[in-house]
Amino acid sequence: MYLNYKKNLFQCYLKHKYFYGGNKNMLPAVDYLIVPDKGDPYLEGHKCNVCEAIFLGERTVCSKCFARDKMSKVKLSNNGTLYSYSIVYRSFPGIDVPYISALVDLEDGGTVKGNLINVEPDPDNVDFGMKVKVVYGDALGRKDKDGNSYMSYFFEPA
Amino acid sequence: MSDVYVLGVDMIKFGRFPGRTVPNIGAEAALMALDDAGLTIKDMQAMYCGNLGQANAMVGQRILQEIGQTGIPVVNCANACATGATAFREAWMSIKAEMYDVVLAVGVEQMGKGLLGGAGGGDGIPKEGLLGSGTMPCVFAEAGMEHSSKYGTTFEQFAKISVKNHHHSTLNPKAMYQIETPLDDVMNAEMISYPNTKLMCSVNVDGSAAAVLVSEKKAKELGMQRAIKVRASALASDPYTDRDLVMPDVNACTRLAAADAYEQAGLGAEDINLVELHDCFATAEMLHYENLGLCKDGEAGMMIDEGHVELGGKIPVNVSGGLLSKGHPLGATGIANIYEVCSHLRGEAGKRQVDGARIGMTHVIGLGTACAIHILEKS
Ligand SMILES: [Zn+2]
Repeated sequence: MYLNYKKNLFQCYLKHKYFYGGNKNMLPAVDYLIVPDKGDPYLEGHKCNVCEAIFLGERTVCSKCFARDKMSKVKLSNNGTLYSYSIVYRSFPGIDVPYISALVDLEDGGTVKGNLINVEPDPDNVDFGMKVKVVYGDALGRKDKDGNSYMSYFFEPA
Repeated sequence: MSDVYVLGVDMIKFGRFPGRTVPNIGAEAALMALDDAGLTIKDMQAMYCGNLGQANAMVGQRILQEIGQTGIPVVNCANACATGATAFREAWMSIKAEMYDVVLAVGVEQMGKGLLGGAGGGDGIPKEGLLGSGTMPCVFAEAGMEHSSKYGTTFEQFAKISVKNHHHSTLNPKAMYQIETPLDDVMNAEMISYPNTKLMCSVNVDGSAAAVLVSEKKAKELGMQRAIKVRASALASDPYTDRDLVMPDVNACTRLAAADAYEQAGLGAEDINLVELHDCFATAEMLHYENLGLCKDGEAGMMIDEGHVELGGKIPVNVSGGLLSKGHPLGATGIANIYEVCSHLRGEAGKRQVDGARIGMTHVIGLGTACAIHILEKS
């Protein structure tokens, strides 16, 4: 498992190198990840102006307070704290394990789920409430059926 | 409104039946429940059928094609892991509404082996293992770890739940497995999604269960000796919670349904003698001790440590062996739970009988989210 972890670290390093080469021709892995032609990628929320609930993905009605047409786009923070997690040892065929599936509360609101990387996947190394930052990089080399590359986001210890 | 009684109820022994069809498996439990009620399909005025895997394939009608086509109305229900309980509740409502006096509810499922949960798909690239995991063992592990974060709940405490339910199943001949799993075995089993090991995940099995529900008038006419009164039938969907989008809710939804059920019954948790709750994973059972009000928030770990939830304890939970060992055929589970509680209230639960049980509760929750709770009473 430790070797696997080292290998993952190295892959992440490579991906970051690749990312710093530019965002050109990279599609976002999810619709709440914005990849501008120039400048840094970021996560986007849709915030209800009435009750301040933050949603991922575009919508017109707030499911918390039922207000209609009161949503505005907000740029979500790249800083957050770990709310909960699991270490995944069994996944679907072809998915590298183990990895840490993490739920992160972002500063200024919004909760997102993703992989916590650059931490050995062992409960002793993962603390509830630990500070993490959102980092962006290639979506683990995954391509769609047309061969397009994707950008995704990850968490790493701050 | 009429009170509603369960007059007949039964389940088949859960197992794997690759050579059989879904309607054929469902028909077996339907006939068993009819026999238990001392009635025939000719006496049924309507049928509610729960199944997930073939939700678009008229399973209820196909069951009647096996056991008797009387032309009665049939409604097919799908509501994730609350499917069977939803079918039961629809039957209950039809009698409450005084539409019918005698109604059949059936739950049935034929499962594949392996992981349940979001493999991704759709446009773009698969998200599993890229944006965390959508597998059920992981989703429920994350919900359990939220409890660990708040209250310091340990891996060992979660594992003890699995030890307990597997022990209970050794007393239940209808459970898929009847094997003891000591704590070391549970904790050292293959880790699936920390803290859930393989022995802390429910077993995918095939199965069916069915119930005959009747109005009070009909129960009096047919004899009340073995009739079980439905004191409450509650169904809730997930209310908005702050982490909804990334963390499917199992807590708020259960609390909402529990409050409704206790209010309908005019009872509190202290009045309940046994509970069959939705232990799809060991981590899930821990949460529901608190969600159902069996203890105060933060006391769930103590409940398992002190043995309060074991057979013979203060409030025995999942004496059937639970989904962890009896097995979890999704569409059948909600009615199988009702069968278990009815068996105790009738004093017919054999070696695992909860002594003097008068009132019991069943709980199921399907992600997405649907929670169904029933409170049943010996009449
Ligand atoms: Zn709002």
